[in-house]
Parts: sequence; structure tokens; C-alpha cells
Amino acid sequence: MSDLIWVYAEVVEDRVTPTTLEMLSKAAEVGTAEAVLLGPAPEEAIQTLGNHGAGKVYRSADPVFRDYLTLPALETLAGLIRSHQPAVMLFASSYAGRDLAAGLSALLDSGTIADVGDFVLKDGSVEASVPALGGSYLNTATLVGPGTKILLVRPKSFEPKPRGQTAQVEEIAPPADPSVRKIRVTERVSVPQEGPQLEGAKAIVSGGRGLKSAEHFAMLRELAELLGGSVGATRAVVDAGWVPYSMQVGQTGKTVKPNLYIACGISGAVQHLAGMKSSNTIIAINKDPEAPIFQVSDLGVVGDVFQVVPQLIEQIKKRKGA
Amino acid sequence: MNVVVCAKVIPASSVTIEIDPGTKRMVRRGVSHELDPAAAAALEEGLRLTEKHGGSVTVVTMGITDATIGIRNALAMGASSAVHLLDDAFGGSDTLGTAKVLAAAIRKEPFDLVICATESSDSYSGIVPGQLARLLGIPALTFAKEIAAEGGKITVKRQSESGYDVVEAALPALVSVTSGINEPRYPQLKGIMAAKKKEIKKYTAADLGLAPDQIGAAGAKERVLTVGRPPPRKAGKIITDEGDAGKQIADLLAELKLI
Repeated sequence: MSDLIWVYAEVVEDRVTPTTLEMLSKAAEVGTAEAVLLGPAPEEAIQTLGNHGAGKVYRSADPVFRDYLTLPALETLAGLIRSHQPAVMLFASSYAGRDLAAGLSALLDSGTIADVGDFVLKDGSVEASVPALGGSYLNTATLVGPGTKILLVRPKSFEPKPRGQTAQVEEIAPPADPSVRKIRVTERVSVPQEGPQLEGAKAIVSGGRGLKSAEHFAMLRELAELLGGSVGATRAVVDAGWVPYSMQVGQTGKTVKPNLYIACGISGAVQHLAGMKSSNTIIAINKDPEAPIFQVSDLGVVGDVFQVVPQLIEQIKKRKGA
Repeated sequence: MNVVVCAKVIPASSVTIEIDPGTKRMVRRGVSHELDPAAAAALEEGLRLTEKHGGSVTVVTMGITDATIGIRNALAMGASSAVHLLDDAFGGSDTLGTAKVLAAAIRKEPFDLVICATESSDSYSGIVPGQLARLLGIPALTFAKEIAAEGGKITVKRQSESGYDVVEAALPALVSVTSGINEPRYPQLKGIMAAKKKEIKKYTAADLGLAPDQIGAAGAKERVLTVGRPPPRKAGKIITDEGDAGKQIADLLAELKLI
């Protein structure tokens, strides 16, 4: 098996995503890394990809990749994979990544491993470590059969490492087949994010259903501000429309590893734990003593968030003032 | 409009799901089951669309005999009919194997729209809908937080990293919905009574014309090699608030030099 590892490079909000660079850095470490970059991208994108280990970037800036969702990229990737047969193709566990990995695995009749936290090339295939059931298990899995192995990688699994390299660029043609235009993107709506970014925050204060309503996030904001951090949320409250998706921590939201994570009124569903359990110090406040969040907490408080959080805020203010 | 809803039935939320180190699969036998709440949301969308535009909703479930309880629940919610894909040979299917079984069953039904949950609430891989759409040769409009159908066209608000995208496609198509898209209805007595009379069609691999090497453990390209537990976090301290927990947290933060 060759050691050629491809990374699907994603651009979100005019920036190459951090997970793209994390995957490239890992790919360059264990094999020969190359990237595929489709659709409009910032000028420095290729340089950034090269710097993180991509020896080569397959590139088309055609707007078809932006305007028709993932079908044009799917056809293009299938064609490229058939001609170059990389050993492994990596996608981020993102919206586009999941669509593409799923579509490609059906199209190429090859398996896919989702939620990969680490991998090695082994015995002509890959061996991936996969946290299962919200991280209560850590399994290893492989893919059998011929063809490129498709992996969906969890964000923050690897360190991005600039290497000071440059990438060679191979321009590719966009797909001509009109069938790739079956899904049209007619509008893109940005929902403005409140407060500082979750990514990279040193402290995160998150809220779940136990907060009872959207207004009560105000006290979490106050606490986060005092700690110099930002506010996160569970899928349940994002789904309920209390806070925007950009604040969601969990398997389908952001994976975070802050120095301090305070979970307020969060029971600790598998989905949520997957996104935060590697935080350095975890403090949980929940009225249910059986809540699974306590199993990952350094300090668990069985109590009422509406009593405990205001007291904590008051205490921090007092100590800061002292 | 004829809608097919893929509805997974999973161990009930009260069950702590375990992985059998021998079979390396989730333990599904001998635990109570329920219709996955994520699938209930997919079904609710199907019911709302057909209430508005007419047509039928067929529920398709791949699962063991215990899944019947969830299928009955889906019928009680208002699904017109149900298909239970029941065969020991399906056990151990990976995502692509599952998608192949679902695709073979859905091809037997007349449909304009297939609705799936974005991901199941037990395994969360979230790739079966995309695989299924490709196998059926229809476009996949994934991560929908709102669906509207009109004049042979489907329009969805698709969750994005920065907000949402409005995307549209001609039917037939597949839509995967996020779990917060709606509040699924509870079955009413009338629905529960009616559900008892509705037929649940059962298909085996042979009925679907699927070769044994395509499905189940034999056909799975993804193989779990080892089942393990991550290194345990050092046991934390749990206290019950007696009026000073906020202060105790502040003490810990000060001790860790976080404030």
C-alpha cells in the first residue's frame, strides 16, 4: 500500500478550517500528505495547506463547488480517487465532510470509519482509534477490502504543525455533468455569534436544559466573563432555539479542551460528553445526583444552578475585589 | 406525496448501552427498546408534510424483533404502514451495509421523499443518510432544520457552521433532519388502537435480493478490532449543596489559580 494520504480541505467563512490543518499535519507525519481544495478560497489557502504538510494541492476554484452543495465535490473526488488511488482519504466530521464521506463510500463501495480520534497505516489498511458511545469506550477499527480508506476525523484530534513547506498545485477541471447541479444553494444566512469564540477559550461555562429558559444564559455569560472565557451549550438547548448553533459543544457541535469547563444544568448526554470530556478541569452543577456528567467531573455539585451559580459569581467578584 | 421515513429503534434512554467484547457489537438483546427520538422527529416531519400535501408515510426499520415496540409507536403516531427489515443476517452491518438494506427495501415502495434523522441517538455516526441517498440515486439535503415542499420541489434550511444555508432540489430526494426540527407528537388513544390493525411488512435479506456477502457482519468493511475503555479520569469529588457550594467552587478555582 502506498502511504499517500489525502485531506479534503474545507474553507468556512473564508478561512481554511483548523481541522483541515490538524489532519494535514497528522497525514504528513505518517505518510505523504496531499490536499484537495475545491471552490472559492482565500488567496493564502494553498500556502497554508503547503505549510501544514501538503506536498501537492489538487485545486479548482470553480463556483460550482460553492453553489450546488457537495454533489460537484463528490463527483470530482470520486474521479480523482479512481485515478490516483490514495491509501487514505480524510474528512473532518463537519457538515460537508460527513456528506462527502458518506456519498463517496457508497459511490466507491468502500467502508468508512466515523468519529476517528487517531489512526495508523497498518497491514495494507488503516487502524483507527474510535471513541464510542460518547467516549465511554475506546475501540480500534479497520477497513477491509480494496480501495481508498475513508475516515471521518474528530476536530482537535491532532496538533496543527507548520512545517515551512510549499505545495505544488495541480489545477483540475470542474465536473461537466449537469447531474451534479441537482441541489442548489439559494441563500447563505450567517447567524451572528455572541461573545468570544469557543475554540481556543481557556474557560468555558456551558448550559443545558436545566437552565429552563434562554434568559438564564445571562448568568452564564456573567460567569464566563469573570473567568475570561466563553459560553457553550448542549445540543438540546441549541435545538430548542435558546442559543445559536455556534455555541454547541458536543459530537455534532464543537469539540473543546479548555483549562476549565463548568457544566451548568447539563445531565451529560453521550453527545455532549464527546465534545468536552478532555477538558482539563471539569466542574458540574446539576440537581440530579445520578446525572452522567458527574462521572467525568473533578468537582460535582448536586444542587440548584440558580443558587450555586449566583453565589459563585458573587464569590469571584468578592475575591477579585479583595 | 409519498414519504418513506427511516426509523431506527434503539435501546431506551434509561438503558446504559454496552459493547459486548466478544461480538464487539452494542448489546441490543435483552434491553428495552424505543423509537429513537431523532427518528420520531423525522417521522413528525413526514406526517406534517402529508397532512398538508396528502399522500402516505411508510416507516422502514431495520432491527431485531424487539424493535417492534418502536415500529408500533411510529404507527400510533400516524404512519400509514411499516416495513420491518428483520433477519439475523443483518446483524453486524456497518453503515454502508445498513444503507444497502434500507435502499433495497425503499426501492420496493413508491416514494417522492425519504426522511431520515441526521444521526441515531445510539451510535451517532451520521453517515447512513448520505450513503442511502447515493445508493437510491437521489440528492441528499442533509442537516435540515426546516423543510418545505411545493410543486415537486423540496426546500430546506440546512444547518451550517455559521448559520444556515437555504438549499433546494427537485423530488425525489432524501432529507436528513436535525433533532430539534420539531416537537414530535405523542400517540393518542385513537392512533394506538388504529396502529394495532396496521400491518407490519417483514422482509428478510432474501426477500430484498441481497447477497449475504453484501450485508451483516460478513459484508461489513468496517471491522472493530478491539473494544476497550479509555483511561479513567481520576475520580472527582461530589458534594451536595448545603448553601455554600458556590463558595466551595470558588475555593477550588482559587486553589487551581484559575481566579
